[in-house]
This record gives sequence, structure tokens and C-alpha cells, in this order.
Amino acid sequence: MIKVENLTRTFGPKVAVNNVSFSVGRGEILGFLGPNGAGKSTTMRMITGFIPPTGGRISVGDHDIIEEPIAAKRLVGYLPENAPSYTDMTVWQFLNFAAELRGFRGAARADAVKRVVDTCFLNNVVHQSVDTLSKGYRHRLCFAQSIIHDPQVLIMDEPTDGLDPNQKHEVRNLIRRMGEKKAIIFSTHILEEVEAVCTRAIIIDRGTIVASGTPADLKARSENAGVLSIRVSGLASDQIRQKLEDLAPVKRAALAGGEGSSLVHVRVYPKSREQNGELRSAVADLVARERWRVEEMHAEEGRLDEVFRSITMPDTRVGVR
Amino acid sequence: MNEALGNITAIAKRELVSYFSSPVAYVFLVIFLLMNGFFTFMAGGFFERGDASLIAFFIWHPWLYLFLVPAAGMRLWSEERRLGTMELLLTMPIAPWQAIAGKFVASWLFLGLALLLTFPVWITVNYLGSPDNGVIICGYFGSFLMAGAYLAITCMTSAMTRNQVIAFIVSVVICLFLILSGWPPVTQLLESLDMPTIRDLAASFSVMTHFDGFQKGVVAFRSLVYFGTVIGFCLFTTGVILRTHRAG
Ligand SMILES: Nc1ncnc2c1ncn2[C@@H]1O[C@H](COP(=O)(O)OP(=O)(O)OP(=O)(O)O)[C@@H](O)[C@H]1O
Ligand SMILES: [Mg+2]
Repeated sequence: MIKVENLTRTFGPKVAVNNVSFSVGRGEILGFLGPNGAGKSTTMRMITGFIPPTGGRISVGDHDIIEEPIAAKRLVGYLPENAPSYTDMTVWQFLNFAAELRGFRGAARADAVKRVVDTCFLNNVVHQSVDTLSKGYRHRLCFAQSIIHDPQVLIMDEPTDGLDPNQKHEVRNLIRRMGEKKAIIFSTHILEEVEAVCTRAIIIDRGTIVASGTPADLKARSENAGVLSIRVSGLASDQIRQKLEDLAPVKRAALAGGEGSSLVHVRVYPKSREQNGELRSAVADLVARERWRVEEMHAEEGRLDEVFRSITMPDTRVGVR
Repeated sequence: MNEALGNITAIAKRELVSYFSSPVAYVFLVIFLLMNGFFTFMAGGFFERGDASLIAFFIWHPWLYLFLVPAAGMRLWSEERRLGTMELLLTMPIAPWQAIAGKFVASWLFLGLALLLTFPVWITVNYLGSPDNGVIICGYFGSFLMAGAYLAITCMTSAMTRNQVIAFIVSVVICLFLILSGWPPVTQLLESLDMPTIRDLAASFSVMTHFDGFQKGVVAFRSLVYFGTVIGFCLFTTGVILRTHRAG
């Protein structure tokens, strides 16, 4: 549905987006991650046709955004950053206006407005003026505007910003549900959101894509991915570490807590990521052989925030303690 | 075409809603009427003139509009930029010219309403004497066109900045030029400097010159072309400014 090729955008001497390419199909939810000023919003503004690219091509559902802007925009719902809305209208007036520009007239318009008022829980503010709404409600209003025509493509710049935890949850569920039939791109600074919602994620830094893959792929890049965490009781910590480090696939066994007590917590690092499986079976064998009393054992998944940091701040060492 | 009309109507309607949702519109109307009344009856010497016409009324319009029209139009685009709603508006499936036209039409209608509300002046003059109502209608028409020209200029300046005050000041300055280039003291000065070509050229750019005919009941084709051109040019430039701004 969305195809972006070699997209570039400069502001004066500054390169905000640099040679970015990706595509999003129906049924996909693409998460856009990146530090402040990375170029996420700029990319979205170009896809929605608000600002023209300096170079590259964008097409939305086979329509080039420069050559056939109106046909392309018709397919797209857009929630801009900071959720702007006309403060001198009521919620109802604003949604009617959006519906009219989307081509709804008469009864169809009333239905469309009613539908999004229900979906976005705006029932108790319908006749309130927008400038008296709280930030979260404004966000919901702008979100409502973006889905009023049930678009095939949905672009959302930080859709859960400013929402309370319940609403965040609702919006995530909504995005997930809509993602089954639409092509969705959204940006966020909340990494759990990416894990919870996205089918794919892109990390963008200083205008270029630095990582891309499913949330699981990205997490596997973490230095902690595959680390085995094990708690053993009734033994001295040194003894446990020694035995573990003697195993072939083990690079290192580090004490993570419980020193001197009867419950020792050790984290076991594999020599390489490919050896995760071997590591697990080797440790399991050891435990059985030595008849250790294991209270808990699990393989760590790796954390998205570590991956994010190690990719976007390569100078900082993270992950291994 | 139908769709374009629908979009323009939707945008114009929204603009009118936002005019009347705040007290600003009513304050504006009251000030407009008070100023008109003051200038016509006090400064214009309506009664002393003793003739049954609205000359004393129309003669002030170029000056009144100088401040009132930019005040009514300054928010058109600068507010869109300040609120960030321009990003919403211009990512809707509409052509930018439709948004420009819709906003312009709404404000123009609003100014037209203000003008219509001056009807007591017309009643007064009809009550006191028997004026030529054809001339008066012509004057109203010219005044409306002039308001449109000022408004188009304001539209253009308001697209340039997110700051309404700047938009206001720049439009006042531009409109002032359009007045002064045909204002008798200036034309006389150019005349005395023996520069008739420059004088004529300057005067032909002035709203004064073209509005003058309407006040006397003459609808000159060149004046219609003049107002049409000013409006068309400024709205076109508004489009260019908006595009340039987005292209960065
Ligand atoms: N209109 C503009 N004029 C000049 N520079 C701009 C403009 N818009 C964006 N930039 C610059 O482009 C870069 C990318 O900005 P962008 O808003 O896309 O970042 P972002 O990834 O959305 O960041 P955030 O997480 O803070 O929202 C920034 O350095 C910003 O300063
Ligand atoms: Mg942003």
C-alpha cells in the first residue's frame, strides 16, 4: 500500500531524512522508532503529502503523492504530531467538517461522525468547545478525525502521546484491530508499544534507517538476548560459577545477586548468539548431574530499549554489566 | 466540479462558524457600524451637505477598510499555521486552491454582511430626500469589491507568517500604498513635479481611482478588471506562498 523509495528531505543545509526506503502492505503495522529529531515526523509529513520530498518517490496505493496527490490523500488517514485541531469549534462541528472534506454528505456524514465518536469515546464531550478539552481528549479527537473515512492507510505520529493508561490500552487495541485490514505506520517513543502492536519496526537515526525487522528480530540483537538466568539454593556462589564456566558454550557466568545468602542468582552468557540452544541443554544437564536445587531458570529475551540505545548511541556501552 | 464546490463550501462554512463562535465577530460588526456612523454623520458632514446621496458615507470606505479589513482577515492563514491545523487541512483530499478560495469567500461574505448592516444609512437618506438608488447600489457594489481587494491582500500576508499582528501590519502598509497612489494630495504633488506619466500610472494602481467611479454610479469595465486582477493575483500568490513554505 505504501511504498517509499530513496526518500530524502533537506532543510537548508540540514539533512532531515536521508535516502530512506521501505514499504508497508495491507495487514502490516509498522512502528517508527528513533531519537528526537531523527526525522520520523518529517518522513510522515512527506508520505501524507504535507511537505514535498527533496528527492525520492512515494506512492500510496499506486498513486504517486506528487503526481496524484488527491487520489493518494483520499486513501490516507493522518494524525499529525501534537494532534492539532480547530480550537474555536465544538467536537461535533470539527468532526462534521472533517467528514465533509472526506466527501460524506447528509446521513452518511452523521453516521461517520457517530461511529468515530463511539470508537474514540468522545460521547461526553461532543458539544464541548475544543479549546476547553483536556490534552488527552484533543488527542482522541484528532485520532477520531483520522479514521473517520475508515482509510486503507493510517499514518499516526505518536498516537498515544498524552493519553491515560486506559486510553493507551484502548488505542493500542484499536490499532491492532485495524491493522488486520489496513496498512499502518505509527511513530512512538514507548518501546513496549512497539512490542505490543507492531508487526515490524524501523529504527531511524539522523535521517537514516539503522535497523529494521520484527520486534522479536530487534530484541534478539540485544546483548542480553539468550542470557540464561538461574537461581540455585544451598550452594556457595563461587562453586556454582566455576561449574558453569567449565561448560563449553559458556562465555562467562556472572553473579547477579544473592551473594553470601543461600539463594544465589547467576547469569550465564553464551559464547555467541548461535549457541543459545546448546547453552540451555548444557546447563540443564549440569543441573541434573549435580542435583542442584534450582528455584528458577529462564532465558532472557533481550530488551528493545537496550537495542535502541546501543544502535542510536553506539558510543555508550550498554547491556553487559 | 461539484466536488470542488462542496469542498469550498465546507471550508467557507467552517470559517464562518469560527468567526461567529467568538465575540470577535460581533465586536467587529459593532465597531464597523459605529465607525461608519461617526464618519458619515460627524466627520463627513452628511447633513450639512444637504444633497440626497451617500457620498459622505462611501468616501470614507477606503480609509475605514484600511484597518478593518486586515483586522477581519489576518487570522485566515496565520492561525492555521500557529495551531498546526494547516497540516490537517492540506493533507485532506482537496486542492490547496479550494482551501484558499473557501477561506476568502467566507471572510468576504462576512465583510458583505457588515456592509449590509449599514442599511439604516440608506433608509435615512431615503427618508430625508429622494436619492438615486441606482447610484447607491453601485456604490455598495464598488465598496464590496474594494473590501475584497483588501481582503485578498490580507490573505496573502497572513499566509506569510504565523503571527497575526505582523500579517495585520504588512497588509495595512500594502493597502495604504494602494490608497495613497491615487489620493488627491499625492496625485497633485506628482502633477506639480511635472510627472504626468508617473502620476497616471500610480493612479491606475490605486483603489481610490477605481472606487471613485462606483461612488458616482459608473461601473467602468477597467475598474472591474482592476479589482478582479488584484483579488486573483493575491489569491494566486497566497497559493505560491503556501507551497513555498512547505517546500522549505
Ligand atoms: N520546517 C523545518 N525547518 C527546518 N528544520 C526542520 C523543519 N522540520 C524539521 N526540521 C528538522 O528536521 C529534523 C527532523 O525532525 P523531525 O520532526 O522529523 O524529528 P522527529 O524524529 O519527529 O523527532 P521527535 O521525536 O522529537 O518528534 C530535526 O533536526 C528538525 O530540526
Ligand atoms: Mg516527531
